[in-house]
Formats: sequence, C-alpha cells, structure tokens
Amino acid sequence: MDSLFQRSLDDIIKGLRHQQAGESAFVSKVLEEVRREIKSTDSHTKSTALQKLTYLHSICFVDMSWAAFHAIECISYPNFTHKKVGYLAISQSFQESTPVILLISNQLRKDLKSNVEVEVSLALECLSRIGNLDLCRDLTPEVFTLMASSRIPVRKKAIGVVLRLFGKYPDAVRVCFKRLVESLESSDSPPIVSAVIGVFCELASKDPKAYLPLAPEFYKILVDSRNNWVLIKVLKIFTKLAPLEPRLAKKIVEPICELMSKTGAKSLMFECIRTILTSLAEHESAVKLAAGRINELLIDEDPNLRYLGLHALAIVAPKHIWAVLENKEFVIKSLSDPDPNIKLESLRLVMEMVSESNVVEICRVLVNYATKSEPEFCNVILGSILSTCSNNVYEIIVDFDWYVSLLGEMSRIQHCQKGEEIENQLIDIGMRVQDVRPELVRVGRDLLMDPALLGNPFLHRILSAAAWLCGEYVEFIRNPVELMESLLQPRTSLLPPSVRAVYLESAFKALVFCLHSYLKSATSSDHSALGLSDPGVSSQSYDEFSGAHGENGEASGTTLIQENHITPDSVLHLLNLIDMAVGPLSGSYDVEIQERARNILGFTELIKPVLSDSLHPQDERHKQQVEASKMVRLLHDTFSDELGPVSMSAQGRVPVPDGLVLHENLADLEAVCGSSLPASSATISFEGSHNVEGATSIFISDQKEESEPSSESTSLLAEHRKRHGLYYLPSEKNTEHHEANNDYPPANELKSGVTVSNDAQDLAKLAEQSFLPKRKSKQVKARPVVVKLDEGDVLPISSKIPQAKDDSLSEAVRDVLLGNEADADTLTQKAAADSVIRKKGKEKLNAKEQEDDLDHMDSQSGTVQNPVKERSKRSSRKQNADEGDHGGDKGKQKRRHRHGKHRTREGVQNPPANVISQTPVPDLLL
Amino acid sequence: MIHFVLLISRQGKVRLTKWYSPYSQKERSKVIRELSGIVLNRGPKLCNFVEWRGHRVVYRRYAGLYFCMCIDEADNELEVLDIIHHFVEILDRYFGSVCELDLIFNFHKAYYILDEVLIAGEFQESSKRTIIRLLSTHDSMVEMAKEEATSIGNMIAQVTK
Repeated sequence: MDSLFQRSLDDIIKGLRHQQAGESAFVSKVLEEVRREIKSTDSHTKSTALQKLTYLHSICFVDMSWAAFHAIECISYPNFTHKKVGYLAISQSFQESTPVILLISNQLRKDLKSNVEVEVSLALECLSRIGNLDLCRDLTPEVFTLMASSRIPVRKKAIGVVLRLFGKYPDAVRVCFKRLVESLESSDSPPIVSAVIGVFCELASKDPKAYLPLAPEFYKILVDSRNNWVLIKVLKIFTKLAPLEPRLAKKIVEPICELMSKTGAKSLMFECIRTILTSLAEHESAVKLAAGRINELLIDEDPNLRYLGLHALAIVAPKHIWAVLENKEFVIKSLSDPDPNIKLESLRLVMEMVSESNVVEICRVLVNYATKSEPEFCNVILGSILSTCSNNVYEIIVDFDWYVSLLGEMSRIQHCQKGEEIENQLIDIGMRVQDVRPELVRVGRDLLMDPALLGNPFLHRILSAAAWLCGEYVEFIRNPVELMESLLQPRTSLLPPSVRAVYLESAFKALVFCLHSYLKSATSSDHSALGLSDPGVSSQSYDEFSGAHGENGEASGTTLIQENHITPDSVLHLLNLIDMAVGPLSGSYDVEIQERARNILGFTELIKPVLSDSLHPQDERHKQQVEASKMVRLLHDTFSDELGPVSMSAQGRVPVPDGLVLHENLADLEAVCGSSLPASSATISFEGSHNVEGATSIFISDQKEESEPSSESTSLLAEHRKRHGLYYLPSEKNTEHHEANNDYPPANELKSGVTVSNDAQDLAKLAEQSFLPKRKSKQVKARPVVVKLDEGDVLPISSKIPQAKDDSLSEAVRDVLLGNEADADTLTQKAAADSVIRKKGKEKLNAKEQEDDLDHMDSQSGTVQNPVKERSKRSSRKQNADEGDHGGDKGKQKRRHRHGKHRTREGVQNPPANVISQTPVPDLLL
Repeated sequence: MIHFVLLISRQGKVRLTKWYSPYSQKERSKVIRELSGIVLNRGPKLCNFVEWRGHRVVYRRYAGLYFCMCIDEADNELEVLDIIHHFVEILDRYFGSVCELDLIFNFHKAYYILDEVLIAGEFQESSKRTIIRLLSTHDSMVEMAKEEATSIGNMIAQVTK
C-alpha cells in the first residue's frame, strides 16, 4: 500500500518550512513524488497527491495544468474528502482554456442535483470560478432550479453564480432573469436579497439602462432595508440609474440624504456621499449636505477617511468647485501628507482649483514644492502643471511670458523628466503665440548657454526645442554671435544625433541672420559714410531685398537694435568658428548631421571669398557685397517664412488641382526632375533642409505643399495622413513639386507683416476653417493672441462614444423585462411594465393598486413632498395591501403565484435538454 | 466586484490566493510580485488603499499578515475593509484566535471559509454564525468520510478488491 509511505500535506508544509536554502530542490523532489503518486488507482493516494500539488501551486506557483484530468477524477469520487480536494484543485488551477474542462460538465450536473447541501455548494462555487460558455449553457437549467431551492445557502450561491452565467452565456437571462427579479422580493431572508442586489449591482454597472424598469423594486429596498451591505449596493445601482431618469433622481434624493445623516456606518455614509456627488449633483441642497459630511471626513484621524474625503472632493470638483475651495487650506496641507496616495489626491484637487486668476500663484507654490520632494512625486507635480496649463490650448494662461519662463525653470529642476512634454509645449507656444517669442527666445538662450545642462539626458529634448526656437526666431536674439557660440560649443557632442542636427540647423539660421544684418548695416553705414558716392547701387539694391522679404516691421525693428553687434571681426570670428566646429562633422556617421554640416560648410565656402573681400575696404566692394547680399538674402528669405500650427485635418481640405494625376504611372517623373532640378537647385535645396528641420517640431507648415491629392487613391493617402499626421516626414520631393505647386498657397503659411488675426482670417477662407484668435478683454494685461484651430488641434482620436457593450446580455435583459416592447424610456412605461412583473395578477384590486402606484410615482416626481406625507401615503398603501390579504383576494393571488412558480420549475425539470429553446420567458413574465 | 484576494506575509510569502477574474499563471505571479512590493513597503499610518493599474487594492494588516483585495474604481473601499475584517473574524472564530500557522497548515480550510464569504467576487454572507455553522457541517462530513475510509470493512474491501 503506497498510501502508507506517502508524505501527507503536513509533511510537505513542515518540510518546506524547514528548508533554509534550496527550497526549489525540495519542491522539485516533492513534485516528482506527486507525479508518481497521482497516477495511483487508490483514491486516497491520488487525492493527497493532488492536495499537495494544489498547495505548491497556490504558494510556490508550480504549474499544475498537467494534473487537470486527475483533478476531475477526484471530484468524481464518492468520498466527500476526495471530492473536496478535487474541487479546490479545479477552482484554483483551471482556466477557461483548460482542454479537459468539458469533461467536468456531467459531474457538476450530478453534484448540483445532489441532496447533500455541501456538495451542491462545492459545485456552485466551482462553476462560479471556471464556468465558460459551454459549461454555463449546459448547466443553466440546474442553476435555475437551485435558485428556487428551499435551502437558503444554496439559493444564495445559485444567485451568485447567475452573474457568471449571464456573463458567459447571455441567453441564460431568458431562463433565470424572472426568478432573479422575484428573489428581490424575498425580504424574509436578507442573505438572498443581498446576493441578488450584488448581482444587479454588477449587471447595472455594465449597462444601467436595461435595469431602469426595476427601479421601483430597488427603491423599495432603499427605503425599507436596514442592512448596510445591501444599502451600499442599492446606492451603487442608483448611482448608475439616476442620470438616466431625472424623475428617479428627484425621488431618491430625499431618502439618500436621510440615510446619510442617520447612519453610523462610515462605509454607507461614504456611499451616500458618492451617490449624491456623482449622480445627484444637480440637487444643490443634497450636495451641500454631502459637502458637510465630507468636511467631517477630512478632519478625521483615520487616513482612510481623509483619503476618501479628498476623493469625494475630486468627484464634486468639476460641478461644484466651491466645495473644494471651502477646504482649500486642508487640500494644500495634504500635499505634504506622509501618505503618497493622499498627496496625489490633493494634487489633483489643487489642479482642479486652478483658474486664470490664481494659476501663477498656485504654480509657483507647486514648483517650489516639487523641487523639495522626491523625484517621483516631483515629476507627477510637473506633469500635472504641464497638462493643466496646456489644457484646451492654454486656456487659463494669460501671461505667456510668465508661463514660458516657468517652463524654463521647470527644465532646470534636478529631477525633471518631462523633457518631451516641455519640448512640445515650447514649440507649440512659439508657433501659436506671436507676442511671447522674445521671451521664448530669451529662455531658450539661457538654456542653451549653460554647458552643464548638456550632460543631463532628460533635458536633451528641451534643449532641442530651445535650439529650434532660437534658430527660428533668431531676430529676437540680442547677441546672435553668442548664440552661435553656444550652439556650437564642444559639449554639444554629448547630444544625441537628432538633437545635434537641430542645433546645426539653428546655427545655420543664426549665421544667415548675422550675415544678413551685417550686410544690411554695412550698406546703410556705407550709405551714410559715403554720402552721395554711390547711392544707387548699394542702398537701393538692399532696400529691394528687405522689401522683398519683409514688411515684417517688428523683425527689422529689432534688427536695428542689434546691428552694433555684428562687426567685420565678429563675422570673421563666426566663419572661423564654423570651420572649426562644423568642419569635423561633415564626416559624421549620422546622415542628418552630416548633411546639415555640409550645407553650412557649402554655404560658407560660397560666401567666404565674396565676403572676405567685402570685409576689406576696396573699390569694388559694393559689387561684391551685392553679390553676397543676394546669396544671403535668398537664404534669409527661405528662413523668414513663418511656421504655424496646422490642423491635422487640413490636408484633406486642400482643393485638388486640375490635371494633377497622381495615381498614374510616374514614369515621366525623371524627365520632369531632370529639367527642373538643375534650374532651381540653388534656390530650393535649402528649403528642403528647412523642411527636414521642421520635422522635429510638431507642426510643419510646408506639409501642405507636398502633395495635392487628386482622386480616390490619393484621398486615401490624405485620410491616412490625416490620422497619422504626426508620423509623416515631409518628403524631400517637396522641392521638385514646389514650382509646379506655386499656385496653391500653403494652407497655413503666416505671412509676415500682417497681424495674426487678419492672417488667420485669410487662412480661414483658404482652408474653410477658422482660427480663433482669442482675446480676453477683461484682463489687466491683455492676453496675447493664441492661434487656435477650430478642430484638429488634437489628433483625431477615433473616440467612439462608449456604446452599451455586451449587447447580447442587455438585449436579453430588455427582452425579458419588456417582452420585446419599446425601450423603457419613460417612468410610466417602466412602472407599468414593472408592476406587471411584480404582480402578475389580473384582479381588479391589483389594477387599482397599479394605478395608485403610478399616481404615487407621478406626484412624487412632480413636487417635492414632505416626508410625513409620503410616509403616510405609503403606510396607507400598506394598509390597503393588508386588507387585501385579509379579504382573501390577495391571498388567492399569492397562492396562485406560488403555484405558477412551481409549475415553472417542473417544466424545467422534466425536459432539461431543451429548456433553453423552449422556455417562453416573456409569456411567463408578463 | 472583487477581482482577487491575496494573503501575503510580512516576509513576502504568499499564504492564500483566490482569483475571481481570469489571470494567467504568469500574470498571477507578476501581480503578486508587484503588489507585495507596493503593499509591504507602505508605512503603518498610511491609508489602506492603493491605486493600481486602474483598479484599487484595499489591504489591511493583521499581525504579520496582509489581507489584500483588488476592486473596481467604483466599489466602496470601506465596505471592502469591512469584508476583510469580517473574513478575519470568521477565521478567528473558526480556528480560535487564528494565527498565521493555522492558515499555513490548514490552507484548504482557509479557502473554504473564503468561499463562504465570497462567491464570484461578490460578498455573499454577512452572518458569522451561519458561516460557522456551514463550516462545521463541512467538517463533520469530512470526518464521516474519513471514518468511513479508514473503517476496517473498507480496508478489507480495498485489499480484497
């Protein structure tokens, strides 16, 4: 007898406890034993082995899927101990996908029908854990039978299992739902009501609408029940139902308030608060009461209650911010609570309180606080500041100069890891808010200047943004030479290639700008110095240039200020600097860096001889200068086009040009390229690089130009681009198409010299959309214009309104409740349907009561009654019912009712095979 | 609903796991590792709720044992704390001042007790007396079965089979 020498579970547990090290060796030894023992034909040996395995499985996570069949064998043993072991093993280890799971069906059915209550319980518990579609379908009739069992524990468990049945096999609703609803009425046994309410609570959380017709039942429980477990669940149900039916909300608000003030149980009180705040927020007085209760929670010793208090405030904040403001001090104080959860919750609340008027103050406090807190929480704080401030296109920001410098400050916080977000916002603001650009550039310059920052990998994204901004808006830089130096400083080698490429491009822009202003100042000083010597050539020619690229008054205005910085020496210095710093990069392995470095070098090569001549006083310098100016002007023009935010859906709205056939073979492209390239390369090649550079930012204005969609295939492409605009790199082809597309102005190219709002109007016409230049007149300091796209500011997320899911389930419920009639849209309908369900009687008395019921409901919803009146009415109703009972009429009905139920049960029991198809539930119900 | 119940000792040893939502074996051990990291490291005077992967974990420490239950966002945390306490009280009554060792050596009984408190992730019985009564029927059935199995007649039948 091998069972004599078998180690028992206790032996294993003790053995495991005595293993100091090498636990796994012990476990694998035991497993080996188990594998041998479990094959034994002796039931005791087998079940002990299985028990040991289950233990190891639940404690040491040993795989036991291989023993699935043995577990099934165990539950088929008649001995209860063995059966129990088998059931435990199954409910612990089986998954829906376990292959042998279907073998269990018969045994489960047998045990569900067993006379031994404990066996039935085991089987029910097991079904509730592992039931899949097949099991649930096969066993629905048995569970249905058990739902009417006279043994309360069994009935209760059967009701609990119904949840699983409905979830896996929605058709079970047609069989069991009626009985489930009836169980709501069994006020004699609280456990049953508790179980049913639990099931409905779970069901209603998925699709509340289907359960609206049951509202009167729930209401009755809400008013009558004294069981806190049940009340909490009922409140949860009402939380879901009340928003669907305003009259219902009116009706329940009073009992809930009463409950809230009366109850001693904190859990119930909190549930009342939550119900009111979530679903009855329109009832001002109730919210006031709830707010009072929240205050109590907040000052409690128990951190749990404090946490929940804050949580409740967070729920109420969107609709009634006053409740939060009342507790402002407490919320701020909680920021330094030792409990990270409370901290987080209070941070959320602080962010809720932020408004235009206090954003500066609050952010100041928070940033200070962030510098002092540990890295993780610091980043949470920074993250929430960033998201709150940028919410709805920086809605709450009035003083952008302040915000931009705050961003700069945040970047310097030691633990800051929000580089990406800050990068995006810096660039976004740069493009949207024209007025803030000088400040942006100042902040960016400060970041770029500091060599220490280059060593922090979290800052690289921010530095990239700063470099881009300084390059793009270089006209606001006080000292471009200094900027060039910081962009080309040796420590930039620490940057990742992508960021370095941005640095180079910005250096290029800065260089062009320097030369441009140098030449401009040179000509104008010539003009003044030489007096009449040769005004025609130089100044006129230069005026032409400036006229060509800019009515941009502002830009040239600033330029004038800066003229003094650019001396012949500094130009020489710059050119040398570029040779030194950029030269080596022309051999870089990274193509982006290499290409840009070569662009710069090529340009300096080109400009140097011309310029170096012009740096020395010679007679023909004007001529040379004019030549240099021409080159510089070309580039300067290239860079002076402004970039603006682009609606993600703008592409689709660009009109299709006539005669553009994109879907045909592009064989003759070569010919086109061949002719166009050499002609235009000098001018356009730089634009290409401009574009590439723009790709690092979020919005690329030139995106528009590149392909004009013509027909289906291209509209598909446009659609794709619309969705995934972020991921598109503007292709270099752009350059080739550019000439051909000149007729079509880019959807969003801000022309300099025109105010943004005007420009925006133009754009609106152009792209059939309107930018909304937003201006708040109330402010002391006028809010700068923020370019805002009506739509498409956010990536078009395919956000479907969450539809009622698991339709099959809710459909089934609706069918059962309403007998395929229309939706329960109105309370009247619902009440009617419901009272039909409830009473099923055809007696006149009943009908009268039904009307009564309706009247009651209506009057309730019409006016807010005083509780006394209501109560008296209810009691009178009760009396009525009692009378009816005595009168015998009602009694008869009751008996018939029970009889009917019985019949149903029989009907199911007799032909269990085809119950599902056969049970005409709606008939029984209505 | 309750998604799972965990009992973890202060040393991070798992004493009981019950899963009401589907979790694969891999996920289970990952969840336990993650949660014991979070829960065991929380100080004594902090609140008993942890936000975790869109759910909420409610835990409470009794002596060296942490009882954790994972619930939905909308569930009532205080109610779940009550459920945990209810469960502990029943354990206490059943084992007679329960200690960790009881749960270690009677791990299967702990499961049956839990099964009487919860079903399908829902709370099912609020009366301690009822549960204790059910458990004792349970035990007497086990005893009967044992007796029967070890009776001489049964042994003879086994041998002569």
